[in-house]
Amino acid sequence: MSEDLEAKFLRKIEGEEKIEPKDWMPDGYCKNLIRQISQHAHSEVIGMQPEGNWITRAPSLRRKAVLLAKVQDEGGHGLYLYSATETLGISRDEMIHALQTGEAKYASIFNYPAQTWADVGAIGWLVDGAAIVNQVSLQRTSYGPYARGMVRICKEESFHQRQGYELMLVLARGSDDQKALAQDALNRFYWPSLMMFGPHDAESAHTAKSMQWKIKRQSNDELRQKFIDQTAPQIDFLGLDHPDPECKWNEERGHYDNGEIDWDEFYDVINGNGHCNRQRIEHHVRAHREGEWVRAAMQTYEARKKKAKAA
Amino acid sequence: MKAKILEYSTRLGDDSLVLGHRLSEWCSNAPFLEEDLALINVALDYIGRARMFYGYAAELSADGRNEDDFAFMRDQREFSNLLIHELPKGDFAFTMLRQLFIDLFNSLFLPRLAESSDKTLAAIAAKAIKETRYHLRRSHEWTLRFGLGTDESRERAQRAIDQLWGYTHEMFDLDALESELAEAGIGVDSGALKTEWEQQVSAILTEAELEQPGEQWAVKGGREGYHTENLGQLLNEMQSVHRAYPGLEW
Ligand SMILES: [Fe+2]
Ligand SMILES: [Fe+2]
Repeated sequence: MSEDLEAKFLRKIEGEEKIEPKDWMPDGYCKNLIRQISQHAHSEVIGMQPEGNWITRAPSLRRKAVLLAKVQDEGGHGLYLYSATETLGISRDEMIHALQTGEAKYASIFNYPAQTWADVGAIGWLVDGAAIVNQVSLQRTSYGPYARGMVRICKEESFHQRQGYELMLVLARGSDDQKALAQDALNRFYWPSLMMFGPHDAESAHTAKSMQWKIKRQSNDELRQKFIDQTAPQIDFLGLDHPDPECKWNEERGHYDNGEIDWDEFYDVINGNGHCNRQRIEHHVRAHREGEWVRAAMQTYEARKKKAKAA
Repeated sequence: MKAKILEYSTRLGDDSLVLGHRLSEWCSNAPFLEEDLALINVALDYIGRARMFYGYAAELSADGRNEDDFAFMRDQREFSNLLIHELPKGDFAFTMLRQLFIDLFNSLFLPRLAESSDKTLAAIAAKAIKETRYHLRRSHEWTLRFGLGTDESRERAQRAIDQLWGYTHEMFDLDALESELAEAGIGVDSGALKTEWEQQVSAILTEAELEQPGEQWAVKGGREGYHTENLGQLLNEMQSVHRAYPGLEW
């Protein structure tokens, strides 16, 4: 019986049909999805912190409004992805618990500090940019709710990337001080953005199974290459120095070559020892704890209203 | 008259910007994600209003200043927001009760301003009315949740009301400039709104089983730049980047 179900499931995957919440799916597929989508949701939510940290200091009212709206979008993505994960039979409370206890991960990039105003530009341009490369690929992921979520989210991410790049452009064409801010932000965020695609394919723990189930459609290294290729001319157009001196166009490959990523740093941050790992989770835990009485009041009030209605 | 309208629009811009700033401080700090998004929404509405009021002030000044000069290049003694807007965000009850008092005020004030003989002020107000309707729905609902929720939420809400009460009176004061503009049909006679505001506050607090403070105290001075210590700190933060690199485009 279960073999039939699994065969049917695999046939669907094979035929590029979407798997929907009510469909039978192997346990491993479901677990894998929960891990990936909730991690994605947590990333959106934790990602509100580094940029949110600049809302009160944005140097113009227009930038302040744009940044507020962007951070709001990210929160909205988080909500949307939490709902998509809930279709797999896990509650938001459980997911938040997993985040706060370190059981679930979020994108490591958000453990890097947003130190200067230019970082807001660099994050929009590079971090949202890298996220898009990944998410465009995920629009073809095999799980229906996730695939549809990606289509919707990608549109907004592209908007964020353009805004971030435009912010960088203004700085890069501005005063010497502004240009230095832009270069510094690029230098700090370039490599971590490359790391967003995860370890090399050979070292990636989840890639093989995820590819077979078509949760992932392209490998880490393929996606990273795509990002490197799209970013090099953008850096050039800004008139900034490329942070990777080995980044050169390779005619033969039809791609840019690049220098090696510092994987020690990558694993250090992944393992919880980046500049902001502890701070990000503590922040989330604090806000959640401070909100406890609010959520309790809401529940009590709703229960009271229901009771009054019934009576 | 132009100089007076400029001043009036600046004041309304200051109110909006300072409150928008306080609301924006909730970003990633709200009790749950949906509320983060809702608070950002309201903050965005206020930042938007600030830009329109300052933009109009800049236009009237005709001296090359823009909205950002009003927001970032004036010191706290020149800021003329009413004090209630600058008080720290406090806990979630404080933020929502402040909203209730201000939303109720705005729901009375804006429809009058929308009838201003000054077309620009009227247009800004007309746009803001819709936003305020949504803000008030929220702050009203939250007041009920606090008052009819748990012991803790009721206590927190009551404390917020008691702390805020003395800052509400200033909303209904008019100085010479505001009186003159009200008489000319340009500004709003906010003093005339007080009775209705009090009735509405009282009705909502009663519905929420919360108490309206009997004690009468009033702290005032915002329109003359006589602020609490909070505004200086708020502006230090808000203006820091802009002022570190003067005269640049962002
Ligand atoms: Fe996002
Ligand atoms: Fe984004």
